[in-house]
Amino acid sequence: MSTNVDTIRNLAEREYKWGFVTEVEDDRVPKGLNEEIIRTISAKKEEPQFMLEWRLKAYRHWASLEKSEAEPKWANIKYGPIDYQGIVYYSAPKKKAGLQSLDEVDPEILRTYEKLGIPLAEQKMLAGVAVDAVFDSVSVATTFKAKLAELGVIFCSFSEAVQQHPELVQKYLGSVVPYTDNFFAALNAAVFTDGSFVYVPKGVRCPMELSTYFRINAAETGQFERTLIVADEGAYVSYLEGCTAPIRDENQLHAAVVELVAFDNAQIKYSTVQNWYPGDKQGRGGIYNFVTKRGKCAGMNSKISWTQVETGSAITWKYPSCILQGDNAVGEFYSVALTNNYQQADTGTKMIHLGKNTTSTIVSKGISAGHGQNTYRGMVKIMKGASHARNYTQCDSLLIGDQCGAHTFPYIEVKNSSSRMEHEASTSKIGEDQLFYLQQRGLKTEDAVSMIVNGFCKQVFRELPMEFAVEAQKLLSVSLEGSVG
Amino acid sequence: MSLLEIRNLHVSVDGHEILKGINLAVNAGEVHSIMGPNGSGKSTLAQVLSRRDMYRVTSGEIRFNGKDLLAMKPEEAAAEGVFMAFQYPVEIPGISNTYFLRSALNAIRKYRGEEEIDAMDFLPVFREKLKLLEMDERLMNRSVNEGFSGGEKKRNEILQMAILDPKLAILDETDSGLDIDALRIVAQGVNAMRSPDRAMLVVTHYQRLLNYIVPDFVHVLVDGRIMRSGGPQLALELEAKGYASMEAEARQTVPASA
Repeated sequence: MSTNVDTIRNLAEREYKWGFVTEVEDDRVPKGLNEEIIRTISAKKEEPQFMLEWRLKAYRHWASLEKSEAEPKWANIKYGPIDYQGIVYYSAPKKKAGLQSLDEVDPEILRTYEKLGIPLAEQKMLAGVAVDAVFDSVSVATTFKAKLAELGVIFCSFSEAVQQHPELVQKYLGSVVPYTDNFFAALNAAVFTDGSFVYVPKGVRCPMELSTYFRINAAETGQFERTLIVADEGAYVSYLEGCTAPIRDENQLHAAVVELVAFDNAQIKYSTVQNWYPGDKQGRGGIYNFVTKRGKCAGMNSKISWTQVETGSAITWKYPSCILQGDNAVGEFYSVALTNNYQQADTGTKMIHLGKNTTSTIVSKGISAGHGQNTYRGMVKIMKGASHARNYTQCDSLLIGDQCGAHTFPYIEVKNSSSRMEHEASTSKIGEDQLFYLQQRGLKTEDAVSMIVNGFCKQVFRELPMEFAVEAQKLLSVSLEGSVG
Repeated sequence: MSLLEIRNLHVSVDGHEILKGINLAVNAGEVHSIMGPNGSGKSTLAQVLSRRDMYRVTSGEIRFNGKDLLAMKPEEAAAEGVFMAFQYPVEIPGISNTYFLRSALNAIRKYRGEEEIDAMDFLPVFREKLKLLEMDERLMNRSVNEGFSGGEKKRNEILQMAILDPKLAILDETDSGLDIDALRIVAQGVNAMRSPDRAMLVVTHYQRLLNYIVPDFVHVLVDGRIMRSGGPQLALELEAKGYASMEAEARQTVPASA
């Protein structure tokens, strides 16, 4: 039986074979990392001086960390040493060798897309079919961009922002995740090539979900991505990252950084579906995903909400966090992390309460199947000034089979006695009785498993924008194919 | 030919023989009751018929609607028309009752090559059955069986039966844990489903349920064998005398080596 893993693997291999690699790359810097490389990257991107200086400081910091072997090792994940000097840190945006129509695409890939319910236009984009000028989403994107500009919303690639809005970039870049934050954040700061930038001005409610999808023609999802979103006073924005379709990337190491800033009464909702290549059934290959995501609720009554569905990557190391600085600020983290085969995930959140009456909610759902290892790691910190702070944490693990593992590391640090903390945790196994009940009602084993798992994740899915939620459910089912029976 | 034909069925669990040669024929339109003391194999029989795989069939055969039931997976048996109302209905957190029911119905329809039914068309069917079982519509948006009372769970089983419209309905100790009002409502739901096209197998320890669901035939199962078969009066007889005499009879008539 062709399992999902096979499908993804086939898909991945096909993509490779079919020339997702550029023919000849002239515009490429040599392997390895040193100050010269950083200068070259900055020069190629025609960056202002402040960017170069920031990158250099980040590089020096990273180099000192590397020298003292400060790559973080505390996570509950195992992987071989990463050769940082063996990576090419810059190559110009690649031209994808185009196919002419979907008929030329491997039917197996198309079946996967179909299972996921991906629209035709998007299928073409994913499969590397040449996209012409009438490509729906592009024209839609253009319309949207005009509408956004009218409201003063800036939504563009990071490179574009550096050129067009250097004062905003300079003001906020590194203000939430400084380059000194951690090993991977330092590396990202030194070498990041692109990403997204969003600025929503005072009092503006962004009228649509912003998604990288709307700028696909400009997008080159990089190995080292950087996203910065600023919501000024009273602004609202919902941002979607990622894609449910399995995307293969030849780069094994991914180290992205996302920074969010919300001022008084502002609200940012950030949703992610991550489905990078997870490696094959034996655990070979797959993306190492080391991500630093943090939001600062800088103003009063501000709110930042993270929702993530993590099904891909061989290794996930990711803790989307909130600094609740303004009084009455609200931080939320809703997460589904699934590990199948030999995937490992160490993911969770940090909620740092600084302001009065700040509240945070954490709902984490970990699903382990195959030989997957799933770790929830969370920290809730109530600082001295955070009187009447509240936190609610719920942390559930679901096991499928008896070769997988679920682990929980919740840290709580309280320095103000008026705070209130709640923590609930559960670990359960998909029971034979549950499966049989659903089968006796006519559902196939795989559909039964997927129903139980989707029910388990419901609290998180309902936080996702509608369309994303539907896709996420399908993704979960596809990712679990072959995990039972 | 009968809808259900069980011939010389032997079943073991963990090397321990539970059913020791069951023979039973059930025609469409008939209601059969399987009675017996605890541990006699009643529930095992119900579970084997619904194809739970923890039981090992060592010999014998089961024909259902002319097909080999023992070759079917649980979901295939379900799609062929075998329904079991569980003694202990399972909770499925996060999945609404309505969604679950429609998914089950559509899985079965799909198997039969019928078109799937959408939410709009499903709703009226659903409401009608709810009324029959005097169930609160609000229960339907709650997760499957989660936080349901014992009675609500059992009524939910019968609701599922009503919607899935099986050829063979097996009721496994449906009366257990029911108060008299719930019992009446459940029985009313079951009786409304009696039809010439459908057979029912009512598995119960007590005669009480059979006051409400009057069977055409009663079979008494003792130590893995059907000791007696008869009409509804057999149940009354059992109620009066208890199983003890029949258990003693079983010990006498069966050679030690069997």
